[in-house]
Amino acid sequence: MITRRKFLKYSLIGAAGMAVPTGLTVVHGGTPEEAKKKGLRWVFLVDTHKCVGCGLCVKACKQENEIPYDANVSRTWVERYVVTKDGKVHADSPKAARDGFTSPDIDEGHGHKRVIKPEDISKAFFVPKLCNQCENPPCVQVCPVGATYQAKDGVVLVDRTWCIGCGYCIMACPYGVRFFHPVYHTAEKCTFCYHRLGAGMKPACVDACPFGARRIGNLLDPNDPVTRIIEDERVSVLKEEYGTKPQVYYIGLSKEVK
Amino acid sequence: MVHGEIWTLKELFTYPNEYIYWSVQIVMYPFMTGLVAGAFVLSSLYHVFGIKELKEIARFALVFSFALLFAAPMPIMLHLQYPFRGINVMMTPHFTSAIAAFGIVFFTYGAIVASELWFLYRKHFVVKALALRELQDKNMIQWLEYLLYCTLTLGVYDVSEEALHRDEKAIKVLAGVGIPVACFLHGYAGFIFGSVKANALWMTPLMPVIFIMSAIVSGIALCMLTYIVVMEYRKFMIKRARKPWQMSLEEVKGAEMHVVKMTSKYLVLFLVLAITLELLDLIFRGYTAVKSWDVLRTVIYERDFYDIFIMQYGIGNLIPLILFLVPGLTVKRSILGVLLVLFGVFMMRWNVVIGGQAFSLTFAGFMHYTLPIIPHDWETFKEGLGGALSIFAMPFVLFYLISYVFPVFGDAKQEH
Repeated sequence: MITRRKFLKYSLIGAAGMAVPTGLTVVHGGTPEEAKKKGLRWVFLVDTHKCVGCGLCVKACKQENEIPYDANVSRTWVERYVVTKDGKVHADSPKAARDGFTSPDIDEGHGHKRVIKPEDISKAFFVPKLCNQCENPPCVQVCPVGATYQAKDGVVLVDRTWCIGCGYCIMACPYGVRFFHPVYHTAEKCTFCYHRLGAGMKPACVDACPFGARRIGNLLDPNDPVTRIIEDERVSVLKEEYGTKPQVYYIGLSKEVK
Repeated sequence: MVHGEIWTLKELFTYPNEYIYWSVQIVMYPFMTGLVAGAFVLSSLYHVFGIKELKEIARFALVFSFALLFAAPMPIMLHLQYPFRGINVMMTPHFTSAIAAFGIVFFTYGAIVASELWFLYRKHFVVKALALRELQDKNMIQWLEYLLYCTLTLGVYDVSEEALHRDEKAIKVLAGVGIPVACFLHGYAGFIFGSVKANALWMTPLMPVIFIMSAIVSGIALCMLTYIVVMEYRKFMIKRARKPWQMSLEEVKGAEMHVVKMTSKYLVLFLVLAITLELLDLIFRGYTAVKSWDVLRTVIYERDFYDIFIMQYGIGNLIPLILFLVPGLTVKRSILGVLLVLFGVFMMRWNVVIGGQAFSLTFAGFMHYTLPIIPHDWETFKEGLGGALSIFAMPFVLFYLISYVFPVFGDAKQEH
């Protein structure tokens, strides 16, 4: 027979025990707001004027992040846009532009190539793409198990040991940056090379770009050159209408960019 | 090879990582949950609203709904890259995700159906258990049966008039609570699609309602089909050798036709509601013509025209509507009608799930899905024709097994 004293004693111990994990999260964890107070929010700046479509960034990314070299998926890619004088927009990204754009013909899938005469072109340019590390990431919202999450500094990460592989996050991303890793079979995405950031290095694509088209910075540091460009110059983001608040800023984005 | 690459054909400008990631099993998932919800709503029409004409099919529909319930999560299991991690949804549910509610909704619904079944069959369990208890020299199977029925009574052997009356009340309450839960179970499957803002075809608040309506349509159709098949079998057995306690052939025929006619009226009602909502969605999209309409129009009116207007609306909706509305309904015509309705609902799911991935996020390219028919590895089996057919066959096998414990037409032998 349990006495009232014992009952109260055990109840208190039980309650205290349950409070430990909650306490731990308070000590260890931290919200994005707290990270902001500490002053770190990774952002990316792409200067499309400087991109020549060489694909060195894609190569570097694949090697750095162990994405099988020949697999038709990539954490980052480069798109080519060719606008002809009749107003038509032609775009492609063969093999995610891993080998650059070696042919002037536009890859239309199924092995179809569209030949465009140079005299018909009114403008043409390249646009590098990567995860936008959105402020309001739809991929994080829809993950049913919380395997994908936003780090305090804004980068969206995937826990490969917890992802169930439902693909809901892939469906939810309006930018098409996610895919199933061909080897690990879990959701995969660009992380701004989070492992390198932690070691004080820059993402592999930033280091690989010979023209300085890709740059990374801390939005909360007013003296960061990237932040100064974002604040002082005319920049834009991709697909703003989805309300995702993307954090990859572009210089020289054209209305034809998808 | 990347997941999805094998069955995806890409055309014009698509992003490099885009493939048809949600394949035939994601078509099967809302199709199966729809059947569960529909079968339950059909059984509730009798229990809650007292529609007497549906009495015979109500009990049948409830047992069938229970069998379907076990099959409903299977497509997801076959779709997941890590099926054994599926349990993570219950362990760390991330409630901003529509899928996270699955565990809670599914088990709530399962508990309601199971309890309703228990109240409905309680008397049967008690009778069986008592009969087996009195039986001398039980063999192994009878011992097992005895144990099973004793367990199923849950220790309650009171089958007095008063107790049975209380059971009926409980059934009514459970069936009443079950309707919104069943609608929620399926409506939330619609929400999974309707809330994906990245997908121009899926994103509409009408999606859950459309899903519920077509779910009820498919549930009623499947119950009618199975009911007719079972009744035909009974007729066949009576023709061969009629037992003295059985109804005569004419009586069975009359009863069958009466049930089919009554049920088909509800089928037509929900079918009209479903078509109306779907057309409203289509007209609204065309009329408002937002940015995505150009690519959607190409998909709906050109690339998927055959799947949408011929297969779904024509063969799956219009023809069965005519079949059921022309006077003088026969059993054969009903069978054709319900088969076409089931096909139509399947095509609707197909056109939503596969059609929603038929165009690129760039709005400047397309993706074509080819269903793997002959599998050459596990992935092409489970996400191919074989996997889909296995899922479709599963509830029938389960129903066959479950109906041993829950006899759907009452134990005529015992009553006599």
